[in-house]
Amino acid sequence: MIDPELLNYDFDEEKNGFAAPQAAVDSPALSSKEAMGRALLALGSMGIVLQVTVGIFLGSWLGILLSYGLLAAGAILIFLGRFQGTHPGIKHDGTMFRDIQNRGVLGWMLGMAITAFYVVLYFYDDLQNSWDMPPLLERPTKMLNPLAQLLSKGDANRWFLYGFLYTVAVCVFGFRMLLKYRHNKYQRFRTLSVMFFQFGFAFLLPNLLKAFHQPEFYFTYFWPLKYEYLFPNRIDTLKSSGAIGTFMVFWGLLATFVLTPILTWRFGKRWYCSWVCGCGGLAETLGDPWRQQSSNGQRSWKIEHWTIHTILILITVLTVGLWFDLGSWTASYKKSYGFFVGAIFSGVIGVGFYPLLGSRVWCRFGCPMAAILGILQRTWSKFRITTNGDQCMSCGNCSTYCEMGIDVRGYAEKGLNIVRASCVGCGICAAVCPRGVLGLENGMSPSDRFDGAQSPLLALTESIAASTVIPERKTMFPGTCEPGNCQCKEEAPES
Amino acid sequence: MHVVIIGNGAAGVTAAFRIRQHQPDWQITMISGESKYHYSRPALMYIYMGHMPYQDTKPIEDHVWSDKKIELLRDWVVDIDTQGKKLKLHRRGAMDFDRLIISTGSKPNKFGWPGQDLQGVQGLWGLYDLKLLQENAARTKTAVIVGGGLIGIEMAEMLHSQGIHVIFLVREKSYWNHILPPEESALINQIIVEQGIDLRLETELKEIIDNGQGQVGGIVTTSGEEITCQLVGLTAGVSPNCDMVKETSIATKRGILVDQSLQTSAPDVWAAGDCAEIEMPEGKRNQINQVWYTAKMQGEIAGDNVAGMKRQYEPPLWYNSAKFFDLEYHTYGQVNRDLNQELNLVWQHPREPKILRIVHNRAMETIGIQSMGIRLRHRVCEKWINEKQTPGWVLEHLAEANFDPEFYQRHEDEIRSYLGKQIQ
Ligand SMILES: Cc1cc2nc3c(=O)[nH]c(=O)nc-3n(C[C@H](O)[C@H](O)[C@H](O)COP(=O)(O)OP(=O)(O)OC[C@H]3O[C@@H](n4cnc5c(N)ncnc54)[C@H](O)[C@@H]3O)c2cc1C
Ligand code: SF4
Ligand code: SF4
Repeated sequence: MIDPELLNYDFDEEKNGFAAPQAAVDSPALSSKEAMGRALLALGSMGIVLQVTVGIFLGSWLGILLSYGLLAAGAILIFLGRFQGTHPGIKHDGTMFRDIQNRGVLGWMLGMAITAFYVVLYFYDDLQNSWDMPPLLERPTKMLNPLAQLLSKGDANRWFLYGFLYTVAVCVFGFRMLLKYRHNKYQRFRTLSVMFFQFGFAFLLPNLLKAFHQPEFYFTYFWPLKYEYLFPNRIDTLKSSGAIGTFMVFWGLLATFVLTPILTWRFGKRWYCSWVCGCGGLAETLGDPWRQQSSNGQRSWKIEHWTIHTILILITVLTVGLWFDLGSWTASYKKSYGFFVGAIFSGVIGVGFYPLLGSRVWCRFGCPMAAILGILQRTWSKFRITTNGDQCMSCGNCSTYCEMGIDVRGYAEKGLNIVRASCVGCGICAAVCPRGVLGLENGMSPSDRFDGAQSPLLALTESIAASTVIPERKTMFPGTCEPGNCQCKEEAPES
Repeated sequence: MHVVIIGNGAAGVTAAFRIRQHQPDWQITMISGESKYHYSRPALMYIYMGHMPYQDTKPIEDHVWSDKKIELLRDWVVDIDTQGKKLKLHRRGAMDFDRLIISTGSKPNKFGWPGQDLQGVQGLWGLYDLKLLQENAARTKTAVIVGGGLIGIEMAEMLHSQGIHVIFLVREKSYWNHILPPEESALINQIIVEQGIDLRLETELKEIIDNGQGQVGGIVTTSGEEITCQLVGLTAGVSPNCDMVKETSIATKRGILVDQSLQTSAPDVWAAGDCAEIEMPEGKRNQINQVWYTAKMQGEIAGDNVAGMKRQYEPPLWYNSAKFFDLEYHTYGQVNRDLNQELNLVWQHPREPKILRIVHNRAMETIGIQSMGIRLRHRVCEKWINEKQTPGWVLEHLAEANFDPEFYQRHEDEIRSYLGKQIQ
């Protein structure tokens, strides 16, 4: 018998938890690649500091190479050092023990640093003009002039700087994802895809367009994420700039009204959110180390539900208001939307809070595009995550690593398919499940999409009805279902 | 009506929720000494390796317990009085019950090895062992794991992830070969060695040596070899945890004896999960099931019966899954190492760690399907076995059973052409 006297059952596992175990072994020596990588990071940072302060090599190719070039090379070497030579498989040892990945001091510092960067990027120009501040971004921008000249035949501005850093982050951390998930083809293809679209369509092409005096345009961003693409004045400017501009207008309409519904019907939200979108791309690459920070409690679910749909309504009202010229309020409305949603929410909070709230803060709580895709996914897409019979043993890896904070386990342990508006189809839950329980699939009929609803329309009405009562999914076993959402079809007991 | 449930594992918790579903007004008390809330025992290793915080291994949000009015009590039951319907608790003293469910799980086996009570010798069973392992690992450079089963390999992986040198003693000729057929077993041997574990096959523990301070200093094997180590993991299987029950009037054998409605020999007392031994009709062998899903199923049946329904436990078609380091394993139906070789169709990938096995009987009915490195669909395999499909039919439809993630390399054609020849 397990002797109660022997067991210290006063141990408070809730409060004290289980910290990183120590062993009496020397921590493994830094691999030569990692050591070199760190050295390159230090040199690269020095390169930036020297150019920004003293101005050596400022605005030359050598300058770019000795700063960003070294930083990227350093990071790549570190990732190689960490992942090469390990066995292909899930690499989450120690994830919960690292300060920087768990809102420790380093995590907070990093979060604040990224936030500060966004604040400077978005707002410093105004401050500088009105308060007569030193031109903080001038030299960092100037550093990239040779590249900007090459691509867009013009000097770099702060948006070029932003686009450049963003693309480098996606590619370098994308490389990390490729190494980390090298056993998983779904992850590899998806990562290559976001790297390709970010580099080709969100960085290279817009700059080349500029070089050929065409309007700047991102073919991978659509209304309502890139809301101004359906604003009347934007459409007018595009149309007036010739055949290419007209094609862009056509593309924007096609993407929003035809491609999005069709592709989402066929593949689910993921075709965009984790294969194409730049915001998703950054979340899946740079954000990967923090995906476990997304809260999967019920409270977050309630908040998310309200915020994301509110923003969808806000942007729809704005767009309609602009088209029908509904009054002068639209101008200030537009400005506030750009400020609060476009800058603060999607940028400052969306990326700055990666280390604190997980990698998909914007996608989960804010993005109106995700809201539309979600409604489509919930109501008429063929996509769902299927559960493999009764194999689930409730370990919770899937829920922990779901960046959208979905309680995947709550479905898996009851043998239910997962049809959730917010699921971006990243496939990480399926990858980390140690029992092979979860699978992303396209291709069932709408009838099993929403517990027996026979048509998309019925599914839609049921979906709306269900979303107002908030089904409690964080329950484990048959018998714990909420009224009206019961999965256990049993006869009544004797009284 | 006051229902008391001993143990908050998968069995006890499922039972509690079932009773609450049927009987909104009954008083339900769940007692466990191990943890305040129910957590997933199979996730212990992920807590230790830092994949998940303890909180994430709890399948049920804390507020649900009070929402459902299930009272949780942290205590140990030390005696049961079935006549007077009273429990004796270690801290609180007596407690009355009207109906009782015993779901005390299992306990690790010990074989009376000399030195097995030294500091640094331990098993892996619960949260308490994780804490102990942290303390023991802190002075460990080399660890010896004894016992070649599923928990042994988990423990090896846990300690290995910390950089500890792990020596893995397996009594058999090959890892887990009393369960696994030779090909699968050999593949796992290979995986273990590739990971950098020092695998010693056909090696048994004779005694554990004291380092002079009441701690582990090393071990001696039955062949007389001495190995210096600071930690010994004993994972020689588990058996039903019913020592406390044995001292009561409730009938026990290896486990707590119950009929198919999971009722014990005592009135108003049921047992479910790892601790139960189910007597089957018609001279079939008694069932002791010690996996997660059977605990859940038995909890469901016991809960329903306690709440006043009449339900019988029918063991489902056997299935299970596991992960050996990075190698996933699924098994459905009867895959028995003793089966005649000619009744086994085995395909193995020439380079990658992948195996598929189809087992049939002389009447050419498929009775088992098993895979390594390939995910199989539970419902499909179960259906085929229940329908007694021929191996040829299974090969023909193999693609329907695949559950690998998208874009993964598929092998159905190779498997079909390789195994197809063998059944002609
Ligand atoms: C490390 C490990 C890994 C595992 N991995 C898997 C896996 O991958 N897949 C799988 O299917 N199965 C796995 N299992 C087995 C699985 O965990 C068990 O089959 C399952 O938990 C049994 O559930 P249960 O409810 O019967 O008992 P348990 O979960 O063992 O719960 C029993 C509870 O009873 C309490 N208790 C016992 N005696 C008393 C008493 N006298 N008074 C008060 N409380 C008491 C204990 O505190 C304990 O919490 C694993 C087991 C271990 C140890
Ligand atoms: S449910 Fe799975 S696929 Fe969907 S977002 Fe979460 S982890 Fe990604
Ligand atoms: S689906 Fe897989 S990862 Fe999720 S709880 Fe179940 S076994 Fe664990």
